[in-house]
Amino acid sequence: MHTKRFSGTSRYVATDDLSMAVSAAVTLGRPLLIKGEPGTGKTQLAEEIAGFLERPLYEWHVKSTTKAQQGLYEYDAVSRLRDSQLGDARVQEIGNYILKGRVWEAFTSEVQPVLLIDEIDKADIEFPNDLLRELDRMEFYVYETRELVRARHRPIIVITSNNEKELPDAFLRRCFFHYIRFPDTDTMRRIVDVHFPNIKKELLAEALEAFYRIRDVPGLKKKPSTSELLDWLKLLLAEDIAPEALRATDGKSTVPPLYGALLKNEQDVHLFEQLVFMHRRTAR
Amino acid sequence: MLVRFLSMLRETGIPVSVTEYLAMLEALKGGIADYSVDNFYVLARTVLVKDERFYDRYDRVFAAHFSGIESMLDLLSGAEVPEDWLRRLAELQLTPEEKAKIDALGGLEQVMEALKERLKDQQGRHQGGNKWIGTAGRSPFGAYGYNPEGVRIGQDSSRQRSAIKVWDRREFRNLDDSLELGTRNLQVALRRLRRFAREGAAEELDLDGTIDATARNAGWLDLKLRPERHNALKVLLFLDVGGSMDDHIRLTEELFSAARSEFRHLEHYYFHNFVYETVWRDNHRRYQQRIPMQEVLRTYGPDYRLILVGDATMGPYEILRPGGSVEHWNEESGQTWLARLTAAFPRFAWLNPEPEERWEQVASIGVARQLLEGRMYPLTPGGLERATRVLNAR
Repeated sequence: MHTKRFSGTSRYVATDDLSMAVSAAVTLGRPLLIKGEPGTGKTQLAEEIAGFLERPLYEWHVKSTTKAQQGLYEYDAVSRLRDSQLGDARVQEIGNYILKGRVWEAFTSEVQPVLLIDEIDKADIEFPNDLLRELDRMEFYVYETRELVRARHRPIIVITSNNEKELPDAFLRRCFFHYIRFPDTDTMRRIVDVHFPNIKKELLAEALEAFYRIRDVPGLKKKPSTSELLDWLKLLLAEDIAPEALRATDGKSTVPPLYGALLKNEQDVHLFEQLVFMHRRTAR
Repeated sequence: MLVRFLSMLRETGIPVSVTEYLAMLEALKGGIADYSVDNFYVLARTVLVKDERFYDRYDRVFAAHFSGIESMLDLLSGAEVPEDWLRRLAELQLTPEEKAKIDALGGLEQVMEALKERLKDQQGRHQGGNKWIGTAGRSPFGAYGYNPEGVRIGQDSSRQRSAIKVWDRREFRNLDDSLELGTRNLQVALRRLRRFAREGAAEELDLDGTIDATARNAGWLDLKLRPERHNALKVLLFLDVGGSMDDHIRLTEELFSAARSEFRHLEHYYFHNFVYETVWRDNHRRYQQRIPMQEVLRTYGPDYRLILVGDATMGPYEILRPGGSVEHWNEESGQTWLARLTAAFPRFAWLNPEPEERWEQVASIGVARQLLEGRMYPLTPGGLERATRVLNAR
């Protein structure tokens, strides 16, 4: 089976190194671990790979309480106990109380699926260790029914992490790794083109300039990311803001309009306003 | 050739194993990199390096290995160009005529050779001009300047867009955890501290587990306990203030107070240069409100973790001799007081904001390390990690 090389889609711009990482992971059948600043499209990557290769996507969103076992299956002992006390006939068959998890579903898929394990660092520190065998051999054992579940097609696995916890070495050994950098101006221009094909050139240039200027403000708690830029542009287009309003050099209106879309934190907004105020005083 | 590349990666501390090597060979066999150096660079990074902290080191090894300049590694680790030389102060504006006038020096190897020479010659920070390494100049070394064959050092975005090689740009520099704490690093360090605060814990009733186990037991009550998430960690923080330490201290205080909610108790005291018979809690009133060290030793139990933060850079007599303090006459020597502290709080560590490479050259740091049984760590995320490991040891 030969797959075409992932090179981004009509909605997603993949840099060369990212598409290389994806094709390496797909070809060699290794899980791909993706890290990067929030808002750089880590989660979206799995959707786009699935869309590009026309494969079904199984998403497993990990929370702080998620156990590795839940991705495989869960044994619903409580309802079995209730059924037994009510005298339900279903209780004889233990398989009735085995709930399939996302990994199981992906393993039984008819065609090779894409499996997204989102924000793996949110879970307990042992979580990745509990998945080693499953990721390696693509099989697991259901103790309650004594059956071995094996993947029909080795899924393309994409794992995202926000770096909140260190991942164990044994787990990292089995993955390929890519760190999505914050896009530079050229890449950003391509990304915006993909999302807003009809945006005016001047507006985009001014908006990007203002955006990177805000990102450069020292001491921001949360720097605006790509997704915030896209939201902001959407607002600018909806409000029909003229490019001139974004220009910083006229000395008067240095606060970009609708900046609430870029700065999500009260302290950041405050800091930014102060800087602008100081800048205006010195400019006078 | 690849084996040597791998062992070089291992030498710089990137954990590469046989598994990765085999995966690399498999990938090459699969023809994914299609014989271009740039593709190989990306592919090898994807397969071999599993943490963005190591990207910068990987770049350096790659550059050293694949441009055949083996000495570059020694050069960059031995004679690191200080960050502040390269901090941007001015942007050089050149007309096209001027640009045309600037000559390129020759091939890459020649440039690197010359850089090495110049690193040897140069003693101080430099800015502008045509020869020395620094910022905004026309010399081929340094950043934010213009020379078509320039080698960039410590610049985070490419200005003139004529960088020699992507790995020479070293864009992942601030992700390396051996760097001192910066704003982004601070967040990582904070997470380490939180983890430190949560490890090792009492048990609490696990309600879900109990219900589940009881159900499995067909209704017989089966109590389940689990480790408590929030730990009761107590920390005693001693901070060196005054002079060059102030910036670092502010950073450290921020760091620990941000993690404050994770500690049950976090007490901080200030000292100057070294610990003697008195410390203080309020910097504005340091001369009025002194607290005897004996009182500190009495107040807190041995379950407190002791963390000292200071550069430990002073005359060795300030530690070793009675009366050695620069501020007052101390009856007993600093080492006596430190010994009392470490005896009272057996789980201790000293965090030093000075870069670890420089420790060897300062006599007083050597003395302090000896007194601390070697438990001095750099104030970097990596150093914090090592310190917390020691502090958690039983």
